[in-house]
Amino acid sequence: MSLLNTAPEMAITTRVDDLLNWTRKSSVWYMMFGLACCAIEMMQTGGPRADLERFGMAPRATPRVSDVLIVSGTLTLKMALRTKVLYDQMPAPKYVVSMGSCANCGGLFQLAYSVCDGVDKVIPVDVYVPGCPPRPEALTEGLVKLQAKIQRERWLVRAPETA
Amino acid sequence: MLDAAGVHARLRDRFGEAIGPLTGSGRDAWQRVDAAQIALVCRFAKDDPALAFDCLSCLSGVDWPKREVIEVVYHLYSYRLRHWGVLKVETPRDAPGVPTVSGVWPAAEWPEREVFDLFGVVFDGHPDLRRLLMPEDWPGHPLRKDFVEPEEYHGISTSRASLLRP
Ligand code: SF4
Repeated sequence: MSLLNTAPEMAITTRVDDLLNWTRKSSVWYMMFGLACCAIEMMQTGGPRADLERFGMAPRATPRVSDVLIVSGTLTLKMALRTKVLYDQMPAPKYVVSMGSCANCGGLFQLAYSVCDGVDKVIPVDVYVPGCPPRPEALTEGLVKLQAKIQRERWLVRAPETA
Repeated sequence: MLDAAGVHARLRDRFGEAIGPLTGSGRDAWQRVDAAQIALVCRFAKDDPALAFDCLSCLSGVDWPKREVIEVVYHLYSYRLRHWGVLKVETPRDAPGVPTVSGVWPAAEWPEREVFDLFGVVFDGHPDLRRLLMPEDWPGHPLRKDFVEPEEYHGISTSRASLLRP
């Protein structure tokens, strides 16, 4: 008898945390948040060649249904305040990927008067992807790292958040 | 098609002493214009058939702290006649104000907002003079030579310990 035929009768054991994390990590929706040149590479990563959708990642146009904010590009101080607003609108659990030197530390514009030297000055960052710009492969690796982080989380037994 | 001297002569004929001498050479040749008259001069430069400057290709500002002035520079181009012209006006640094030319070329609106944002030049008669690049509540005008960046903005520190910073 083939394995397939036994499937309806098969039982799989797993930890509830692991199962939930596996489902969560398999549908990480990212918000389209392109700020500068890095955004071109982010679009490319979502395109057919790098194909983020094979990891269950689909672009979303609003923060309210997004799980991860990919900050791709130069963050100005003017935009920094809005970034905080967008981040606050995302439902928890939420993640932030900082893509490229500009989002990591201000990049080559960090001495400019208008540039926020790194998105981590405004919101917490989970994964930093270096590069100027990072290639789609690099962003993909960053997102796979994020998936690994999601899989490790123990959020069922986590201490209750103080609101 | 006119060369810089031709453009200068034409403006001088019409506005006399409000137009300064022609300075520099080639495409960079420029003339100083009396700040109060700039809108009139630009209107003429656009409507006059011999000048026909239908395009304001650049409007920018320069800060001269030693001379205590801010300069606004207008680069004009005529698509019809294919010639160039450069006008400059000076305005005092402590109370900079220049008439707007957005009534002549609507495209001037945003560059004027930018010059207002970065140099603090007030364009009289501008329909919507708000900051363009910096946040609305930003202190000061960053392209002035004596601008000092504030330590922080809404709790975001504006510097980072880095190798770039000495
Ligand atoms: S890191 Fe480089 S490619 Fe990315 S936004 Fe900055 S300058 Fe552009």
